[in-house]
Amino acid sequence: MSVVESLRSQAVSQPKRKGSTMQQRQMMWGLFFLTPWLIGFFAFQLLPIVTTIFLSFTDYTGTKEFVPGNFNLVGLDNYGRLFSDLYAVPSMKVTLKYALIGIPLGLIVPLCFALLVNSKHLLGTNLFRTLFFMPTVIPVVAGTVIFGGVLNAQSGWINLALRAIGIANPPRWFSDPTWSVPALNLLGLWGVGNGMLILLAALQGVPTELYEAAIVDGASWFRRLWNITIPMISPVIFYNITLGVIGAFQYFVPAMLIGGLNGDPQRSLLFFPLHFYRQAFSFSEMGYASVLALLLFVIIMIATALLFFFAQRLVYYAGGES
Amino acid sequence: MTIFEKAKTARPARPSFRPQRFLRQLTSTAGVTLLGLAALLLFLMPLGYMVTTAFKQDSQLVAQNAPLWPAKAATYNYQGQNYPLYDVPTEQGVKRLVLVNPYREESDMLDPEHPEKGIFTVPGRWRTWNPVYSFSPTLDNFQKAWDQVKFALLFRNTFALAIIGTIGTLISCTLVAYGFARFRIPGKNILFIILMATIMLPPQATIIPMYIFFTKLGWTGTWLPLLVPSFFANAYDVFLLRQYLLTIPREMDEAAMIDGASPLRILISVIIPQAIPALTAVTLFHFFYVWNDYFNPLVYLVGKEELYPISVGIAKFVQTYSIHPGRAAAMAALTLLLPALMFFLAQRQFMQGIVITGVEK
Repeated sequence: MSVVESLRSQAVSQPKRKGSTMQQRQMMWGLFFLTPWLIGFFAFQLLPIVTTIFLSFTDYTGTKEFVPGNFNLVGLDNYGRLFSDLYAVPSMKVTLKYALIGIPLGLIVPLCFALLVNSKHLLGTNLFRTLFFMPTVIPVVAGTVIFGGVLNAQSGWINLALRAIGIANPPRWFSDPTWSVPALNLLGLWGVGNGMLILLAALQGVPTELYEAAIVDGASWFRRLWNITIPMISPVIFYNITLGVIGAFQYFVPAMLIGGLNGDPQRSLLFFPLHFYRQAFSFSEMGYASVLALLLFVIIMIATALLFFFAQRLVYYAGGES
Repeated sequence: MTIFEKAKTARPARPSFRPQRFLRQLTSTAGVTLLGLAALLLFLMPLGYMVTTAFKQDSQLVAQNAPLWPAKAATYNYQGQNYPLYDVPTEQGVKRLVLVNPYREESDMLDPEHPEKGIFTVPGRWRTWNPVYSFSPTLDNFQKAWDQVKFALLFRNTFALAIIGTIGTLISCTLVAYGFARFRIPGKNILFIILMATIMLPPQATIIPMYIFFTKLGWTGTWLPLLVPSFFANAYDVFLLRQYLLTIPREMDEAAMIDGASPLRILISVIIPQAIPALTAVTLFHFFYVWNDYFNPLVYLVGKEELYPISVGIAKFVQTYSIHPGRAAAMAALTLLLPALMFFLAQRQFMQGIVITGVEK
């Protein structure tokens, strides 16, 4: 069951009974078991986010201790700084470029893999599933090193292969500002294992009668894919897109490993979260960095809300609407 | 039925042998399997690059016409001197000859099969000939990577962080998941939605106050900021465990309750023994999370190299090693060896865990 489905099933309200000591004991025990999360939520999520909002109205810098007197309330100054920041908009463009290439790729490639390893014509399906999933467990730092080599402009295997098939000037990948983000998208493909497995489980949940009926009607493979498979697995597709969007906006570690804190070449890898990291921890501009962090949070919330809005129309829930 | 069980169930036997149908099946199977193999080869190609490069000498990487596999230029010993071997195209086909004295338009060569015939001159530019390589993997890269990166220390740190963090995650997430799965609490649905919504919260939005807070406690530069939060549950693992606990029938814990067992005793004696597959999945996920986590150690352990886990520990070598691709590949291989091994050993639990939640950290 996916998050989306479970949230839906949660929304179905349970019948209420009148309070009794038995029920009160139940409640006390329940709250006792929830305590670790409740404390964690307040201490590590709610309180920090409220503090981030507060910091965004101050000129606090990380070089001084966080006590009253070491910072001033500056109103909306930090928000105004967004408009004079030379890198705020370009870095958001880098993040959007990564998202616009990466989200469709992260949807289509795992779907193709899932269809492939679900095929009854494939020999050794379990081996294929394991091996397609395997790169997902490779630590991101190791994966970055490997792709730095494979996508090397001169000696990398990708460019050797491209030259061998007659492309005289293949992309210079991480050395070329135009191609550095697509190169990271290629690296991102190594993480499609999760998406593939979830889609595979969904594919196996599609009732076979639907396909049998379609075959009797003479529907082609592609028509069956488009008119049966895709609608039936649309909740999982939607779920994958949601996680893909959230992940894409937070993405920056491989970019930082390849391009350093400046996001080289020519700041083409200066992702928005990297810009935040520099402001907060390289320049200690905690007040202004808080604005950037909040902006990121708001953008992710809006994107997720839009997705849920569209999902209402486009996603088909076989169990019926709740 | 899980994907794994489904894969194991036998297909129904066909009623009778029909050659045409059999042929059609065969071509479909061959076609799909070949397509799968091609996709898999392309997908895992970077691993092939890593393995071959890790065993190569750096000199081979810059050499022209060198093969893709780890190799050394073959040589031939003639009168106490080593000379390179080349495949030379001649009128009688390609001949393997020793290059004794290279000149621009012609060269002094020797036939290794008949050295007694002595040196003779062969026309042609030697630079256009292919040098002969013999398979020769080297372990130098691993030796140098191991010495320079302090892998022993990094492995020890990562293991310590992973073990303590996993214990915290298991305890806290099991308690919280049990609370969500079995108890009637007012506002539980809203609390659960809040829990799931925290997945949306980017770490950037909380890291500055957390950094200030941990600095005030004097915890920055120690492992505490990395370890303590794992004792307070996280959305992914709670969700996984809760989903699993909901599938465990209530009869057993109701029977235990009638016998007078407290909810805590029921959790320990009834629920946990039945939730081992999900707990295994959580253990694996947290281990991989610690192995992979870069952002938090980077922020909280800045400058404390003796405390670094492997992710941050090797990061600073990513760029300095671009001049030594062999060493970088060996370093990557050493870093991914253990997670890959663990994955292959426990792949079933791991992949089932992902299907249960549809989520991984």
